[in-house]
Amino acid sequence: MIYRSLFPRDFLSELERLQNEVRQGFDISPSIRGFTRGGFPALNIGSTGKSVEIYAFAPGVDPASIDVQLEKGVLTVAGERKSALPPAEAKATTHIDERFAGRFRRVVTLPDDIDPSAVAARYRDGVLHISIQRRETTQPRRINIQ
Amino acid sequence: MSETTAVSKESTAPREEAALVPPVDVIEDSGGITLYADLPGVPKDKLNLHVDSGTLTIEGELGLEMPEAMESTHAEVSLPRYRRTFTLSRELDADKVTAEFADGVLKLRIPKAEHALPRKIEISVA
Repeated sequence: MIYRSLFPRDFLSELERLQNEVRQGFDISPSIRGFTRGGFPALNIGSTGKSVEIYAFAPGVDPASIDVQLEKGVLTVAGERKSALPPAEAKATTHIDERFAGRFRRVVTLPDDIDPSAVAARYRDGVLHISIQRRETTQPRRINIQ
Repeated sequence: MSETTAVSKESTAPREEAALVPPVDVIEDSGGITLYADLPGVPKDKLNLHVDSGTLTIEGELGLEMPEAMESTHAEVSLPRYRRTFTLSRELDADKVTAEFADGVLKLRIPKAEHALPRKIEISVA
């Protein structure tokens, strides 16, 4: 798998990542959506008993232009980031060109117990934070023994 | 403007905490250099820019709001900090660096020193 990581780490962690990837490559049943690590925006996902929290690291994107959709338990984050590079005819030289530019789309499968009507999305400091509540009926309950 | 190697960084600085390397764009025109760096999740007060004897260091710490009981299930941004160091060449005026930071994107403008600005040389006809 050849790609350029958005946020490369130091050499030792790179080795560790490589090891993980080799291991995943031998996995007999990998996810149908593949390993999208290294895509834009980078995603961090966490969960609490009451909600699922998704952080999409999309710096420099107009929040109004980000399209977030939730359909049948699949969350899609799509949009476009414009390039900061000068046009070809400009009298400027590009020395380093690492930042992502262009259209992006990332898809996440969510747990079954989420409530599609209780979604909140906020954009701050270049991070889109999507919080989805879990349905109350499925939240763990303590059962009293009589 | 070139990146310092990991080896020279280790020999000069005390042991630093592990950090992610933010992606950058570096563009040079006749007046100077413009640098864009992606530092998503870094609030303005946790961004640190440092110019010291020809070395530019960009450092930022993540300040995400997370629910207390949250358990991480998948993390692509796996460290809470970004760091990247560049060596500035002599014709750049490190005293006149200007910076803008919005929506996780840092824009730095490093102008060239007066004496290094390009000049058109007049050709006199004899």
